[in-house]
Amino acid sequence: MGFEPQSSKLALADGTVVVGTAIGASGESGGELCFNTSMTGYQEILTDPSYHGQIMMMTYPHIGNYGAHDDDTEAAKPMVSALVVRAFSREYSNLLAQESLHNYMDKHGLVGITGVDTRKLVLHIRESGVMNAVISSTDLDDASLVEKAQAWPSMDGLELASRVTCSEPYTYSDTDGPRIAVYDFGVKTNILRTFAALGCSVKVFPGQTLLKDALAWSPDGLFFSNGPGDPRVMPEAIACVREAMMTGIPLFGICLGHQLMALAQGIDVFKMYVGHRGANQPVKNMKTGRVEVTTQNHGFSVDPDSVSSELANISHMNLNDQTIEGLRFEGFQGFSVQYHPEASPGPHDSRYLFEEYLQMCSKSDFG
Amino acid sequence: MPRRTDIHKILLIGSGPIIIGQACEFDYSGTQACRALRKEGYEVVLVNSNPATIMTDPITADRIYLEELTAPSIRKIVEKERPDAVLPTMGGQTGLNLADELQRQGYWEAQGVKVIGVDIDAIHITEDRQQFRDLMEEIGVDQARSQVARSLLEAKEVIQSLGGLPVVIRPSFTLGGAGGGIIWSPRELERKVMRGLELSPVHEVLVEECVYGWKEFELELLRDSNDNVIIICTIENVDPMGVHTGDSVTVAPSQTLTDKQFQHMRDTAIRMMRSIGTFAGGCNVQFGINPVDGRMIAIEINPRVSRSSALASKATGYPIAKVAARLAVGYTLDELKNDVTETTSACFEPAIDYVVTKIPRWNFEKFEGVDEELTTQMKAVGEVMSIGRTFTESLQKAWQSLEIGYAGLGADRENPSRPSVRERLRRSYWDRTLQIRNAFMHGASMDEVYDITRVDPWFLQRIRMLIDLEKALQRLRLQDVTPEQMLNLKQHGYSDVQIAWLVADEVSEEEVRQYRLSQNVCPQFLLVDTCAGEFPAATPYFYSSYESATESPISDREKVIILGSGPNRIGQGIEFDYSCVHGVQAVQEMGYEAIMINCNPETVSTDFDIADKLYFEPVFWERVLDIIEHEKPKGVIVQLGGQTALKLAGKLSERGIKIFGTSHELMDLAENRGKFSEILKELDIPFPPYGMARTVYEAVRVAESIGYPILVRPSYVLGGQGMRIAINKEEVERYVTDIYTLLPDNEILLDLFLNNGIEIDVDAVRDADGDVWITGIMQHIEPAGVHSGDSTAVLPPYSLSESVIEDIKKYTIDIANRLEVLGLMNVQMVVQGDMVYVIEANPRASRTVPFVAKATGLPVARIASKVILGAKLKDFRDEGALDSSLKGYAIKEPVFSWSKFPEVRKELGPEMKSTGETIVFVDALTDSHFKRPYEMRNLYLSR
Repeated sequence: MGFEPQSSKLALADGTVVVGTAIGASGESGGELCFNTSMTGYQEILTDPSYHGQIMMMTYPHIGNYGAHDDDTEAAKPMVSALVVRAFSREYSNLLAQESLHNYMDKHGLVGITGVDTRKLVLHIRESGVMNAVISSTDLDDASLVEKAQAWPSMDGLELASRVTCSEPYTYSDTDGPRIAVYDFGVKTNILRTFAALGCSVKVFPGQTLLKDALAWSPDGLFFSNGPGDPRVMPEAIACVREAMMTGIPLFGICLGHQLMALAQGIDVFKMYVGHRGANQPVKNMKTGRVEVTTQNHGFSVDPDSVSSELANISHMNLNDQTIEGLRFEGFQGFSVQYHPEASPGPHDSRYLFEEYLQMCSKSDFG
Repeated sequence: MPRRTDIHKILLIGSGPIIIGQACEFDYSGTQACRALRKEGYEVVLVNSNPATIMTDPITADRIYLEELTAPSIRKIVEKERPDAVLPTMGGQTGLNLADELQRQGYWEAQGVKVIGVDIDAIHITEDRQQFRDLMEEIGVDQARSQVARSLLEAKEVIQSLGGLPVVIRPSFTLGGAGGGIIWSPRELERKVMRGLELSPVHEVLVEECVYGWKEFELELLRDSNDNVIIICTIENVDPMGVHTGDSVTVAPSQTLTDKQFQHMRDTAIRMMRSIGTFAGGCNVQFGINPVDGRMIAIEINPRVSRSSALASKATGYPIAKVAARLAVGYTLDELKNDVTETTSACFEPAIDYVVTKIPRWNFEKFEGVDEELTTQMKAVGEVMSIGRTFTESLQKAWQSLEIGYAGLGADRENPSRPSVRERLRRSYWDRTLQIRNAFMHGASMDEVYDITRVDPWFLQRIRMLIDLEKALQRLRLQDVTPEQMLNLKQHGYSDVQIAWLVADEVSEEEVRQYRLSQNVCPQFLLVDTCAGEFPAATPYFYSSYESATESPISDREKVIILGSGPNRIGQGIEFDYSCVHGVQAVQEMGYEAIMINCNPETVSTDFDIADKLYFEPVFWERVLDIIEHEKPKGVIVQLGGQTALKLAGKLSERGIKIFGTSHELMDLAENRGKFSEILKELDIPFPPYGMARTVYEAVRVAESIGYPILVRPSYVLGGQGMRIAINKEEVERYVTDIYTLLPDNEILLDLFLNNGIEIDVDAVRDADGDVWITGIMQHIEPAGVHSGDSTAVLPPYSLSESVIEDIKKYTIDIANRLEVLGLMNVQMVVQGDMVYVIEANPRASRTVPFVAKATGLPVARIASKVILGAKLKDFRDEGALDSSLKGYAIKEPVFSWSKFPEVRKELGPEMKSTGETIVFVDALTDSHFKRPYEMRNLYLSR
């Protein structure tokens, strides 16, 4: 291939330093080090705005195998701050691929490291909790890197959605179907694709949009998107959701949107020790008793102790750790899920939620 | 829904004798199912005719019937046992076919027996090509396109509409697919279409798009009664379509699919499973993808536990058969816990953070004239699986596991010439991955290799990368290899033997080992946990990799390592796994921690809840030594795992590692023909005149002095490989030349062949006090000259005089004592008139151990293993634990897989050819199971 491997280092805030080879752009980047257990879908993960500012470590060793393609993105550019891999493939093979993942990363200035023992790091995070880290191919001094990792701002209490939301409202799809107003806190493109595929008219609004401005578009449904950061420090967004509850328009929230809806209803949210990040999480639908295998990506969760039947019913539950995965609210029309029914990457088991929501929206027309 | 309470007693149907395509994976799944059902409080009745299985052990089921797998025999058992339900999905196609046959007869319904775990009507759909095609069309699943043609003109039109050649043609309604095949070139077109049209009684042919060379994938699914479906594992075949998946090198998880492509496959698989009935259980779906346009088509669906489910279970740690059995009795997936983590749900899709490679193992050398090309008909007799953190590491470990003399993917011998590599690559042969490597070594380009093999470029890229590593090493002396280079090589799976061969200077494997240890390059042991490290796991299931931390903690208990028998092959199959599993249990009962090392995914011994610790690793010296150095066991048991384990005895002994059981020196004495004959002479035991030779000339001289017919064979081989009976000088010359082409540097043994002799197999156990227990004396029905593994053996002997039997016993005891056997021994003798000749003695577990155990009702292997660890036979004898329960005779019948090799002549000789066996109990010698083989005993004897 004719390239000189460039050394790179990954330093954790607790002093752990590992050496590897640089991939993607050269340079330095930091963030909270988290891991994802999906065995396919690396490009969707890298471009998921919910991961904004996080260093993504893939547990599956071979990454880059099938190259990169514009259709496999969830945003216009990578959202993670860096990528950590065990055995990166610069060479790739897939009929659809447009370029190598290395090129894609380089083009977008995304740094990464390969050749590190990701399994050991995963176990380390599992035991010690998530922590900040720095990756660099320019500074290879251990002490300096650890210091940088320690100085990196903590995700805890950080509002990040405003960094990934769109700057201006835009129309994603224009049809005669139900009109869905999407509050963009970092919405994954596949949520928009899914609504559009179901015939909806979709307009995307910046996260800080005043409700009246969104209502001016006369939507049939208000959707609160996924996104990065701590929902507890988003008072304007929570207030906006609370206001929306009064409108009678059906509400739907995914991930961060789910947490915002819970907070607006007076239900608490807490930061998890280690979040859920993967495409194999079993979620039980409490109404049907059926299980969905779901994609998840969250470090915060709804506190079960603060859910009372006056506020909401638990509609979905995680079978691994019994955390709350979905709420059906009392007092207004709407529901929300912690996981990602739009998948991408991951199983399509939960697509039905979009259809249920649209039914709710079309009924409310006559309400 | 919790477990069903309307059923109490369940009949489980096994898969019978091992044949190609249906091997010991069904012992693994059946055993798991039995154990799971018993744990749930059900009474399990098991029927299987294969004595060499763990599932037919009293430890596995409540009632065991070692009976023929036929409808009448099942009826007899049902009428006696009155089970409430039958679970037929654990017994392969045999089990399903039987259940189906009885269903058609209305038997299950009439008897009030519920069929669980499968929907019989669903099976019919999957097995009828047209019904399946119609159903797939109905649910919108794409398949290979096809159209019927009634004339040459129509055929040409169809071919054009399918996008041109190649195409497959299938004449309608011909028997066994006669006249069908692939049309590659326009030249063949007219001839093959016309022939098809003529052969078809309705004069039409189905012209089908040819999917040869397409990418091939397999998904393993589980479904519960609530219609929840999960995908346990995705397997990608390295060999493209055209090679049976059982003959393909396969990898898990899939490597070259984007998430969109994979989810499309997942959705389709789930839709397919939901379309075929409503059963709760396991299922396997195969897909093909056209590498040119990415089109995905469904190939087939198997609504039962299969060979691939055994592989998927071992690859992910998810116990498919165990869960499938519990689903069959009514549980839903969300009610079950993941056995591996013990805390999370069983209703999830395993995430793995390593690469698994499976390579099949073949036995072509056993079948003269066999067509070695791999096709859509499976030919492999066994398989190995390996786990590594990368594809290259896993691939090389798989080659080390195969035990065919390779220390990895080549790089351990001179590269074959360019033309020979090219010739070998042209068709699908068993060593394709190796030949791809060799082609790159000769400078072949990616495109060239892809064009010939159609192996996905991603795999080719990984293999080519190895060449760069190797070339960099060729100029270096060992001492110049840096720690970083060394680590990199080890991370790509190179063994010390390969590294020794690759470096510029002459160094030994041991020197490489010492050098890398001094560089602190040593393997770590990682956990197979189903969840890529997301949750802590409780199961002691490990693999080695060159990473930075070990996850296999060392307990403070005394440990014993049991070496497994590696891949199944003719001559060393499931029987040895049976002995190993009993060995593990004996070790545990004697108070030790039992550690298992094996690489065969089809076996019970590699189930993670059999031993205290399982290392899924090649039974390859370097890997075994790594584990020994990590675990520091009190000792190692080598006599249970066949030649695979035994082969390592010398090296263990040299290192001062304790071998439990007969010492290596004394084992070697038995193997060494010259020394063994002296012992026999010393003990005054007759043996046929013999001689040894190292050249053809010498062999002829020896033969002339001994006389004819004479048995010619290489020393140190298994299952009689290369063994022939010569009747004259010319034949001796020819056979010895043949042996030397195949096995150069081997010593040739020549024994006088005892014409019309009666062959005897004796199994015995000796303890440290010199107490010898003869566990069984078996008389073969076929004359000496037919390999003992291919003979029909009767226990006890049916036509020997008292004095002959006394001699047999005396010789056995004398040999056992002289060789200071500790544990198992097998002696082969030939009786001619009143004379008893000893042919050979093997101080190790033999193929007949499980047969004798099942015939006598005694856990022979377990008692022997305890004896190895210091128990005394006297104590067992005093308790009556050595008293046989056999009444009448037990007959071991060999089973062959001839139908897989139609081009091979069906003949029996000194080289073993059978793949499996059954046991039959008869009261008297008038029984047809005795009479028939007895009357035909000379029929197939050849040389």
